[in-house]
Amino acid sequence: MTARPIYLDYGATTPLDPAVLAAMLPFGVEKFGNPHSAHAWGYEAAAGVALARDQVAALLDAPAETVQFTSGATESVNWALKGVLTAPGQVRRGIVTLATEHSCVLETARYLESIGAVLTVLPVGTDGLVDLAAAAAAITPDTAIVSAMLVNNEIGVIQPVAAIAALAHAAGALMHCDAAQGFGKLDCRVDALGVDLLSLTAHKIYGPKGIGALYRRPGVTLTPLLHGGGQEDGRSGTLAPMLCAGLGAAAALAGERLEPDSAHAAALWTRLRDRLDFDYRINGSTSARWHGNLNLTVTGVEGARLLPALRGLALSSGSACAQGRPSHVLAALGLDTAQARASLRLGWGRFTTVDEIDRAAMLLNAAVSALKSGRHAA
Amino acid sequence: MPPAKRQQTYLDWAATAPIVPAALAAMQDAGATWANPSSIHAAGRAARARLEDAREALARQLAVQPDALVFTSGGTEALGLALGGLPATTRLVSAIEHDAVRAQAPDATVIPVTADGVVDLVALERLLAAAPGPALVAVMQANNETGVIQPLGDVAALVHAADGWLLVDAVQGAGKLPLPPGDFVALSAHKLGGPPGVGALVVRCADGLQAVQRGGGQERGLRAGTENLPGIAGFAAAMAERADRDWLARAGALRDGLEARLIAAGGVVFGAGATRLPTISCIALPGVAAATQVMRLDMAGFAVSAGAACSSGKVRTSPVLTAMGVDPVLAGQAIRISLGWDTTADDIARFGDAWVAMAQSRAGLAA
Repeated sequence: MTARPIYLDYGATTPLDPAVLAAMLPFGVEKFGNPHSAHAWGYEAAAGVALARDQVAALLDAPAETVQFTSGATESVNWALKGVLTAPGQVRRGIVTLATEHSCVLETARYLESIGAVLTVLPVGTDGLVDLAAAAAAITPDTAIVSAMLVNNEIGVIQPVAAIAALAHAAGALMHCDAAQGFGKLDCRVDALGVDLLSLTAHKIYGPKGIGALYRRPGVTLTPLLHGGGQEDGRSGTLAPMLCAGLGAAAALAGERLEPDSAHAAALWTRLRDRLDFDYRINGSTSARWHGNLNLTVTGVEGARLLPALRGLALSSGSACAQGRPSHVLAALGLDTAQARASLRLGWGRFTTVDEIDRAAMLLNAAVSALKSGRHAA
Repeated sequence: MPPAKRQQTYLDWAATAPIVPAALAAMQDAGATWANPSSIHAAGRAARARLEDAREALARQLAVQPDALVFTSGGTEALGLALGGLPATTRLVSAIEHDAVRAQAPDATVIPVTADGVVDLVALERLLAAAPGPALVAVMQANNETGVIQPLGDVAALVHAADGWLLVDAVQGAGKLPLPPGDFVALSAHKLGGPPGVGALVVRCADGLQAVQRGGGQERGLRAGTENLPGIAGFAAAMAERADRDWLARAGALRDGLEARLIAAGGVVFGAGATRLPTISCIALPGVAAATQVMRLDMAGFAVSAGAACSSGKVRTSPVLTAMGVDPVLAGQAIRISLGWDTTADDIARFGDAWVAMAQSRAGLAA
């Protein structure tokens, strides 16, 4: 019997914070009303939703009514991109985005391209960061929307969203940011980021799965994505107060813990790097990054044997949604397939301990050493 | 300030229901398996296994294949997947469909209903014959305002004879009636004791269906987004609780007794000539606006609604009653009373008292 693996896949999802669960539970049984009902149960549930909206808005430093709840970042992104390109009176056809975006951005953009949009996918440098000059050249008066993620889900790099937004706005385009990995970790005040639309999710910041939000700057017109009862402005479907409360509590907690969580992640980054004793290269900028992510390519080992040798660690070789396919993010950084296969995405967070990082380093060192010497890893 | 809930009686089960303890327990249990079900490490595989267990359990309850279930964020999204993801050239929707259907198929041709709120099969046959290509037909299983159950066996036969697709909104009927026929059936967990924020589309044949929400390719490429595992586990557990349907006969007896009493006191019941869910009563008090009744009953300690919960606050005439040919003034005086598995005879007796008192003082209310 082996010990429970060490969870180092915080980029895929995070555990629910007990404080978040505590905020959710009252809405499970006691305050179960439909928040759209005009009676006491409805008012109570609606009050919970309103508080959650305020909590999310506070982190964005935006008015509450700019926050629309969705089922998660994928839905938010679908809504933002399709909503802008198909908005009534939209004459622009262009979408500009980055080669390293999450598949929900790229797949939605490709779908829009298939129905007449003009898609430009910008390359990134070997550090994973966008070339602002290339972005400036690609953004034209026909560009409807520019979409760039705040923190990359595989390599952790932080894109210069505010600078990209300035370029978008100079061309009269809207700026969308997929902040699924950045919200609750970095400053996400929308005016500082310069974004018109921002997608976020709860389950990457110790909140529940199945809930996210889309920030929409006042005046931005979107075609509704889910039509129906008209519960949210442009997004129908009965809201789940329990999930809303979870997102709100997770956001509030993340806001309070922005500095300690960030410092903890950075300390573990340094500690892990200090302890790894094999040759590796870090994928993505080491400075413009969220330090709760380390994506590394191990040199001199066969990728196919790497993950199986690391059974004591719960980690991934890329995005959870793309298991089995070579990472499009690492390819965009210039890695070939063999290098991409010999790459690991490690992610840690609020509940990762120093001891876990030390044990993870030992396991990594032992596995790489065994692979290099041709021995089977223990 | 709304009155304290403690003294209140909840008779708005068609809007939403409390999460049943078994569902909450399943959610907490699944919540312990919190890894991303798409991750390939042991924790992710455990989450995937838990997800597939829930899928199989729900599929068993519904007597469908597990891979026929595409989990969504709720009924609205499930309906949107079928309405937006099929290459139909013609869309026909019944006049009593929920807004989630009507708004997601704004260009659809409307199939009329009878005065009792039942879809007009002759009209459907005519519309299908006139359709230039494959038609997508949306008819709900049981109406959310009147409870009227639709003749889906007949509808399915007509649609399939015309080589069309049938989409059934089973959000109100699920857990109370057997899973209806239909190529696509939309379900929602929170109406049957599961959590809000999760639903499913039963896809009996995926040919031609494309994802609407695009991204990481979850749910066999038909619905992207990290799966809400606790919600899905809660959904499956709630559906298992609904296997016992004995409470429906009790609710039906209470509902029928209440209606007899309210009719005697001046109430007008809609859809009474048709087969209905035993849990819903749509009843007008002539002379008193529905919103006034809802407020008055709320103050008296009863939670009911004026039509669908989602349109509460937006005062409008019910399109369902309008389609049934109800006079618009009378339609604006109708409220929905809906019962659930915890509703007691005492709840209904006290509600009847309050409603009759309201009816007796209606001259003052109407003034």
